[in-house]
Amino acid sequence: MSEEKKAPRKKLAAAADINRFMRDYYLELDAAARAGSPKIAWCTSVGPAEILRALGFLVYFPETHSAMLGATRMATDLIPEANAIGYSPDICSYLTADIGAFLRGVTPLQKAFGIQSIPRPDVLVYNTNQCRDVQDWFVWYGEKFNAPVLGVHTYRGVDEVTDRHIVSIAKQLEALIPPLEKVAGRRFEMEDLRRAVDLSRQCSELWKQILDTAAARPSPITFFDGTTLMGPAVVGRGTPQAVEVYRKLLEELEERIRRREGAVDEERFRIYWDGMPVWGRLSAHAQLFAALHANVLASTYCNSWIFSALDPNDPITSMARAYTELFIVRSDEAKEEYIRRMLSFFQVDGIIYHDAKTCPNNSNCRYGMPQRLEKETGIPSLIINGDLNDLRLISDEQTKTNVEAFIEQLEERRK
Amino acid sequence: MSEEALYVGCDVGSSRTKVAVIDAAGRLRGLAVRKSGTDFAATADGCLTEALAMAGGEPGRIARAVSTGYGRMNVRYAQDQRTEIGCHAGGCYHAFPRAITVIDIGGQDNKVIKLDAAGRRTGFKMNRKCAAGTGAFLEEMAARLDIPLERMNAMAERSADMVRLGSFCTVFSATEVLEHIRHGKKIEDIVKGVFYSMIKRIVEMDSLTAEVVMTGGVVAHNPYLVRMMEELIGRPVLVPPHPQFTGAIGAALYARSGFRES
Repeated sequence: MSEEKKAPRKKLAAAADINRFMRDYYLELDAAARAGSPKIAWCTSVGPAEILRALGFLVYFPETHSAMLGATRMATDLIPEANAIGYSPDICSYLTADIGAFLRGVTPLQKAFGIQSIPRPDVLVYNTNQCRDVQDWFVWYGEKFNAPVLGVHTYRGVDEVTDRHIVSIAKQLEALIPPLEKVAGRRFEMEDLRRAVDLSRQCSELWKQILDTAAARPSPITFFDGTTLMGPAVVGRGTPQAVEVYRKLLEELEERIRRREGAVDEERFRIYWDGMPVWGRLSAHAQLFAALHANVLASTYCNSWIFSALDPNDPITSMARAYTELFIVRSDEAKEEYIRRMLSFFQVDGIIYHDAKTCPNNSNCRYGMPQRLEKETGIPSLIINGDLNDLRLISDEQTKTNVEAFIEQLEERRK
Repeated sequence: MSEEALYVGCDVGSSRTKVAVIDAAGRLRGLAVRKSGTDFAATADGCLTEALAMAGGEPGRIARAVSTGYGRMNVRYAQDQRTEIGCHAGGCYHAFPRAITVIDIGGQDNKVIKLDAAGRRTGFKMNRKCAAGTGAFLEEMAARLDIPLERMNAMAERSADMVRLGSFCTVFSATEVLEHIRHGKKIEDIVKGVFYSMIKRIVEMDSLTAEVVMTGGVVAHNPYLVRMMEELIGRPVLVPPHPQFTGAIGAALYARSGFRES
């Protein structure tokens, strides 16, 4: 029998630092949950974390926990628990996996860090910029823990970000402060927020520089690396530790560029990924592409934690802007313009769109965008059907055949 | 018997395994098809023996072999693998060397592949997760109707009053079929409805530009599907000489040209 091709994965030394960062982050939350202090706020992945940090909360992000459920392949067995209590298999599988895990009383934090359960929230704060599902998700936990649930309601389909958008979101952010002060038991100080926004901005800038290293030929980083390296950009923004760990990672990537060391051996094809990762298949997908000498080197997903608008001199307004300039809430025209810029910057040969069954908000291939972009840029695209967490919605064989045929197609274009 | 080199393509599909043997000039010399079964390697071996016998050749004359299809990694004698998308494209382009849109209806999946005038793929689509429109759908419906698969084509041709099946889903379609049976519809009218449903699922996959070529085992055994497609899209549809073997022939052509397009 022929052997399946396997390519060695090149690990980054700084990945160990990121793992330590994540372990310390969760251990600190666990200790606080058990001691009852400091207070804990749950926050959506692009929620107003800086305000929460300014008020002294430790901040826990259920989406990251759910991504861990996906990456550890626990999610698929847990999703039916949530389905059974009325959460459809067609809605966000982050939500269903996470609620399913809670109902079953399990967490990937146990195996990873020896932590028995997720930290009990004192307050839950969402921003619907990711989707409406986060609101339902947080409301469910709010009732379970008898904790207040606060939220920011985003605009969607935003073409040009205007002052009208910013003023409205800024007002909603300001309105969070009095009830959060009450839970925190302390007064909000603008100086604390400036500091948190400043750290968030630094983290964001470093994360951008890290992802931008993929413009080098060969690219020193892959999208699959990025999905695990992005932990501090999501859970650690607004903290000095995240800034520190990213400085080191950036140095390592720049060193790889100097040595012309690619993340994938003999990089021949440069691929852009749009949509969610398939968390339970990160390693398999990394291997699949590396064996074909194709590097999926840039993505909309990892770029979504770059918040260049953040400005410590005008923290609330700049947060409102950063969280409204976000790709996921923009119009198709704005999204296409963004992807065009990325294709050019990263010198991409092909685009892969992941059509995630339970994540319509982050599947950008359902309204003709691939066809429009292909026509404009001449860069071929492929749509793969799958899901972020629910492996019942995935056909590995179909994905493999599609990807291999796509690389064959790119190869033919060079003849 | 000349001692010229032979090139082998083996297409291990989800339903059938096909082997094609060609010579250096690209002429077809041998063919074989068997049920894929559960031991893909043994089936591929058996097909090769049969196809070589037809070609009048010995295994020693095989210069190179390429495998394709779901079981492509299980073929012991293949030096390399190509996807079935590439092989069906190559096989069809060999028969019709111009810009074409290939429709392959397989046991588990359908493909729409677009080729430019030079035979380069400009894009392709595979069906999504569900079985609607594939050979598996046809098998399920034959079982529901309790008729042999091989009789379906003749029955569909006889139909004068086709029933309409509305669902994407094979299970839902089966329920619709049961409902039509309950209402006393003729079996041939239901079979034609099943065929029409398959064709509809395919034209939904992609726009059919250029000349359309249909291929695959389902088309080979059910040529009425081609006529229905012609009626639906309003233009002639081409079919290569051995539609069930197009993938295997494409693989053999890859074996011959060392991955250059034929």
